[in-house]
Amino acid sequence: MSETPTEVEETPMAEAISKLDTVPESPEAPDELGTRQRAQRRGAGSVFSFLRWAWYSLTSMRTALILLFLLALGSVPGSLLPQRGGSEAFKVVQFQRAHPTIAPILDHLGHFNVFGSPWFAAIYLLLFISLAGCVLPRSRRHIKAMRARPPAAPRNFSRLPLSAAWITDDDPGAAIDRAHELLRGKRFRVERAESSVAGRAESSIGAEKGYLRETGNLLFHLSLLIVLAGIAVTAGFGFSGTALVKVHDGFTDTTIDYDSTPSHGPFVDLAKLPPFSFTLDSFDATYIRGGSANGDADTFNAHVTWQPNLQAEPRERDISVNHPLGTQGTEIYLTGHGYSPHFIIKDGQGRTFDEVTPFIPEEGTFEYQGVVKLPDAKPSQLGITGFFLPTAGADPTTGMPVSIFPAPDNPAVVISVYSGDLGLDSGIPQSVYTLDTTNLTQQAVVEMHPGDTITLPDGLGTVTFAGYDQWAAFAITHDPGKRIVLVAVCLMVLGLVVSLRVRRRRMWVRASADPAGRTLVEVGGLTRTDASGGFDEEFARLVSALKSSVVPVERADDASPVARSSNATHAKED
Amino acid sequence: MPVDVGLARLSNDLISGGIIAYSLGFLGFAVDAAFGNHAAAASRRAVAVTSRATAVVKTPVMAGAAGPPSGARGASDSGVSLTDRAAADLAALPGPAASAPTDPGRPAASGIGGGFARRVGRLAIGLTLVGWVLQMGAIVSRGVSVHRLPWGNMYEFTLALTFAAVTAFLVTLIRQPVRYLGVFVMAPVVLALGLAVMVLYVPAAPLMPALHSYWLGIHVTAAIIASGVFMVGTAATVMFLIADRHAVAIANGKPVRFAALARMMPDPDTLDRTAYRAFAFAFPIWTFAVIAGAIWAEYAWGHYWQWDPKETWAFITWIVYAGYLHARATAGWRGRNAAYIAMLGFATIIFNFFVINIFVSGMHSYAGV
Repeated sequence: MSETPTEVEETPMAEAISKLDTVPESPEAPDELGTRQRAQRRGAGSVFSFLRWAWYSLTSMRTALILLFLLALGSVPGSLLPQRGGSEAFKVVQFQRAHPTIAPILDHLGHFNVFGSPWFAAIYLLLFISLAGCVLPRSRRHIKAMRARPPAAPRNFSRLPLSAAWITDDDPGAAIDRAHELLRGKRFRVERAESSVAGRAESSIGAEKGYLRETGNLLFHLSLLIVLAGIAVTAGFGFSGTALVKVHDGFTDTTIDYDSTPSHGPFVDLAKLPPFSFTLDSFDATYIRGGSANGDADTFNAHVTWQPNLQAEPRERDISVNHPLGTQGTEIYLTGHGYSPHFIIKDGQGRTFDEVTPFIPEEGTFEYQGVVKLPDAKPSQLGITGFFLPTAGADPTTGMPVSIFPAPDNPAVVISVYSGDLGLDSGIPQSVYTLDTTNLTQQAVVEMHPGDTITLPDGLGTVTFAGYDQWAAFAITHDPGKRIVLVAVCLMVLGLVVSLRVRRRRMWVRASADPAGRTLVEVGGLTRTDASGGFDEEFARLVSALKSSVVPVERADDASPVARSSNATHAKED
Repeated sequence: MPVDVGLARLSNDLISGGIIAYSLGFLGFAVDAAFGNHAAAASRRAVAVTSRATAVVKTPVMAGAAGPPSGARGASDSGVSLTDRAAADLAALPGPAASAPTDPGRPAASGIGGGFARRVGRLAIGLTLVGWVLQMGAIVSRGVSVHRLPWGNMYEFTLALTFAAVTAFLVTLIRQPVRYLGVFVMAPVVLALGLAVMVLYVPAAPLMPALHSYWLGIHVTAAIIASGVFMVGTAATVMFLIADRHAVAIANGKPVRFAALARMMPDPDTLDRTAYRAFAFAFPIWTFAVIAGAIWAEYAWGHYWQWDPKETWAFITWIVYAGYLHARATAGWRGRNAAYIAMLGFATIIFNFFVINIFVSGMHSYAGV
């Protein structure tokens, strides 16, 4: 993809063919060789020549291709191994436990965070440098080429892929005039030349069409660079976090209301997040009943009252899957939902705790798992761990209580109640969703329905399952680069379509006086070899239009006998 | 809305009928390929092209009878060059081997059975068309029965993908004489449909909320169309590799394997071009499919790109085909090497569809097995 070497022999044919293709026809290897030779002439081994060689190598098409395939190859482990970044980070730990020998090696090589690893970044950055190093100079050349005149006619048309010749009684100048007019009418860019060979007057024109091909090609590649720029803007100025909000609870866009500190770019001030807030008024979910998809979610809908800022009028809205709420460049997406069982716990000293704790969905079941911790209960700390079953039923084989449907048709909890030391004072951070039972004693295991109350032994108190509430999980993201990316990918598709559909082609016509005093007209045509076809036919049509002195130029298109016969030939081909 | 069971059953019956029609069509194409007089057709074509050019040349030969004008020689050269040049353009190939008339491996066989076989070949197109109509009926009735676009799981996706491939094949047939692709397109289509009905089948059912988006329709439809056209291009690439190997073996005087197979094919150049056209058509659509998927992900999950296994593999496919397009325009990679890259591209689609869908969970995993 690098510069066409200047050493190429400047024969008319080479000139005629040069730069026709989107990618130079000349092989890469001699190009690099030429560069190296040049470098050697200037003094081999110098830093400058090495850099020059490195730059040419990096921006060569072959290097770009290899980097492209490395990028594909590098993505493979990222798709097959569990990754830390995503929603399934816990699977990394599972994998490490299951493969104790190979996991550390893979981890060392960054295989659990492929898309954030330095080597993956190295591949795509090199690729983009290679791309920029190729596309920017080519854009400059293309702009020049668009202003340049079509190349002069080569000496020998028979060396061109398509050529034809005939003799007429017309004057050479008149024949060329007609060709000129015809090709101009077909929106070719035409350049005319007069010369004299061996004392005989000769007129020729070179014509070229399809510059849009290279324009589209460059647009596509430049758009790729813009995509990278957009991603960089997001990386610098974007933030994204998640928040679990209980029904009737509110969310204000401050760091503490997020589940954990939002991931953010270096130029984001987390103290100055957009000042919106919302309250989750209600949550509705419907599920598919019966059939193979029994229990799959059908619709999720979170009804919220929200304000873009504290002064603004509160307004109501629904946030559902695929329908985020957007304000001030920030989007609020509904990403999940679950239940919060409501427990009323009376401890041994008669103090009442009212706990509504979110339980999170267990993958592959219709159950929700969670923990309630009561460090202030007396005489002993209390802990509850267990499951919320929206529709309690019995497992057909084991008879154990399970949830048979995700909708709250027959809500129940299956819980274990513990007393003892919750371990919260040890200073070791704990997950709110797990209970460390090392220093705890199990006091009860029970299935409860709303309104049920159990009494704990030894005067530890009572636990009442009062009912349940729902919660919704939201992803809140600010992605300032995404519009840049969107525009860039649209341009990318446009450039791609143009560069793959438009064909660049050259035509030459030469008229010269022959010894017999008549005029020899020669026509040559050239297009890129992998073009999507049809140039043979176009060439035949043009030749036929040029030949017929009676057919008016503007009607040549539809009155072409050659074109028609060529179609007929095609139809019979099989 | 409830599933219309009657329509869902009709869909199943229609697809069975479609598979039968396609299978018969495949047999017809096979008969045509095996016994049809293709070598003769190839040389006829070459002659036709040459004569088209010589028709242009004729004038100077007649007019310049007094003495050969300087241009006439070059002109008649150019007449031949239309075929030889085109063959020579196919890089990495010893020029003459690619051109049908001079190929000793393709004697201009006399074809007593050829006419019959060609009629069978035309019948095969008719049968394929019947199968196509039945399959369209199956897809439409399935869609109406579940009140949505019927490409929400692997069974439905396979139906739609093969439909796209057959459509691409039939549309190409209208514009170009590519009946020779029939065997290599219909064989995988019939196999895939068989697999869909026997293994992947799931009863008609509604979709999950994340799939309730018109971007789903756009994204998956584009992916299906692109995959279908990629499939046709891959069929042409397989044929190219066989025909090219044959041509090279003959040119080098080496023992020729699969000669019978190669003899029923057009010259490698034609196959290479057909494959390229398919890939160049499908690649922008695939690009668009990936982008539409990213837009959908943006609406559904809040991130347009999350390196989910499925989207990663869609990206890998994109890279490989981008590599193919570049390779085809780069000296030293053209021809067989580019063809291998194209084969790799389709392999990544197959891998994404079967391995990632079934064995790797991700955000796409609800797309249904």
